[in-house]
Amino acid sequence: MNVGSGITYLDIAQRRKVRNNIFRVIVIVLSVITISPIILIISKLIIEGIGQINLDFFTQLAPDTFQAMSAKMSGEKIPGGIVNGITGTLFLVLLASLMAIPVGIMAGIYLYENGNKRYAGFIRNLTDILQGVPSIVLGIIGYIWIVKNVTNGFSALAGSVALAIMMLPLIVRSTEETMKMVPESIKEAGAALGVPYHRIILKVMIPSSFSGLMTGILLAVSRIIGETAPLLLTTLGSPVINFEIDKPTSAVPLLIWNFYNDPNMIDLIWSSSLFLMGFVLILNLISKRIIAHREKN
Amino acid sequence: MKSEKITKYVLFAVSLIILLIFAGMVFSLAGGAMPVFKEYGLKFIFSADWNPTTGRESYGALPFIAGTLITSILALLICFPLSFSTSLFIAEYYHKTRVASVLGTMVDLLAGIPSIVYGLWGFYALRPVIIALGLSDQGFGIFTSSIILAIMIIPYATSLSNEIITMVPNELKEAAYSLGATRFEVIFNVIIPNARSGIVASYILALGRALGETMAVTMLIGNANIIPDGLFSTGNTMASLIANQFGEADGLKLSALIAIGLLLFLITAVVNAIGKYIIKKLS
Repeated sequence: MNVGSGITYLDIAQRRKVRNNIFRVIVIVLSVITISPIILIISKLIIEGIGQINLDFFTQLAPDTFQAMSAKMSGEKIPGGIVNGITGTLFLVLLASLMAIPVGIMAGIYLYENGNKRYAGFIRNLTDILQGVPSIVLGIIGYIWIVKNVTNGFSALAGSVALAIMMLPLIVRSTEETMKMVPESIKEAGAALGVPYHRIILKVMIPSSFSGLMTGILLAVSRIIGETAPLLLTTLGSPVINFEIDKPTSAVPLLIWNFYNDPNMIDLIWSSSLFLMGFVLILNLISKRIIAHREKN
Repeated sequence: MKSEKITKYVLFAVSLIILLIFAGMVFSLAGGAMPVFKEYGLKFIFSADWNPTTGRESYGALPFIAGTLITSILALLICFPLSFSTSLFIAEYYHKTRVASVLGTMVDLLAGIPSIVYGLWGFYALRPVIIALGLSDQGFGIFTSSIILAIMIIPYATSLSNEIITMVPNELKEAAYSLGATRFEVIFNVIIPNARSGIVASYILALGRALGETMAVTMLIGNANIIPDGLFSTGNTMASLIANQFGEADGLKLSALIAIGLLLFLITAVVNAIGKYIIKKLS
């Protein structure tokens, strides 16, 4: 059949098919390009970093620039590890969690219980905006609130306050979403037995949504654990292990930043980054496992 | 009954903490920014002159606002074809297949990489490529930062787009297929028109992420306090300026940096609010 100027319906059908196939190939190629950075980044970290990881890496303090320089001059491996960073990161995460988890869970339960009220909607919107606040701005907040006014100097507390504000919206929203999945009937069963409201929360709602709450917490921790920017403005870093909340503290990302800025210690950046990323990935995998497990049941 | 009331009050009081944190943040940022706005007024926002040398001090935020907007929007443009293709791959072409779930997991992994690691990778792996291609002498600048930013926001753009694309009703797609439409035609005539506002929202939220990214950009943008004059020009974003200069700042300079923090806070809040508003209207 002829549709003018010598083009047949068959040609049009052919052209549609070709266009369809070309687009499919473009989609596949661009998708492969999209995931190539993750492969390149992980392999770079492993190739460059694995050699530095040994027992010392987890048990020794970070070297100073002279130790690193003399090791380099004599062609040896840079001595030392990142134990002050590891303990610092754990300490900061612990402090931030102590602040963010109770507040986040209770605020999440409040939002769930008062779902449609205007005030709850308002708080929900604030939580959403809080979630989008850049971490560097939270660093400024930690500086103004704590460094300037409470500890009169850089401190673990200042850093953990900034990190806690980062965690808070994630925990609030995940708590609310998880609570929605607790069947109304078991709560009513508790109420019918005359169980007081706070005990229903503690003994029914929190236990039955435990895996969901745990996932939210793990994801929140995995988001803050690699944060560098707010810590630069608040905890500063420290060459020794510190567990005092009013003193400067090191953290793995801060150590990476120091190594990066010191030509003598540049070799240590990859192993520290590999460690940090491995930590984040493990947290992510655990929470994925929990989600998958829950969906199966 | 009494314990029920107490519990309710306690929960309400905790919800107030969120309000207090938010109000406190706005109050503290505005308070810290006050001296510089008193000194320069709104000229602070529109002046391109940033000079912390004592005696000739002058502070203007324009180079950094420009740097932030240019890098973020460029990142969005680079990110779009990649992440949208990935969304189509995961949510349409290979929906619910094993290969799609592997791809989805790998994209999620991108979200787990700390910003400073992106910075290192950009510095040691991407920058040499930029130099080798002859795009810029040192490899630092707007373009390098935008590429890294684009990679960083891919997971945020795809995860929401995936959901939106999956939500397009099957009946609509099947109706089009039954009329003989090809997949390409279904994507452009059924899926995209139906999912448009959701897709727009997911890219607006991804933009919100890019605006505030700090460490990776700080390591790659070249840290020059100028308005970028080209794709390969060096510059500074609001976030990278704060990260670079906050440590040794006091007096008026500190106030100027806090003011830039306030502006960054406001810009990201507006962008995120628009994104969330579109999503809320969808459901």
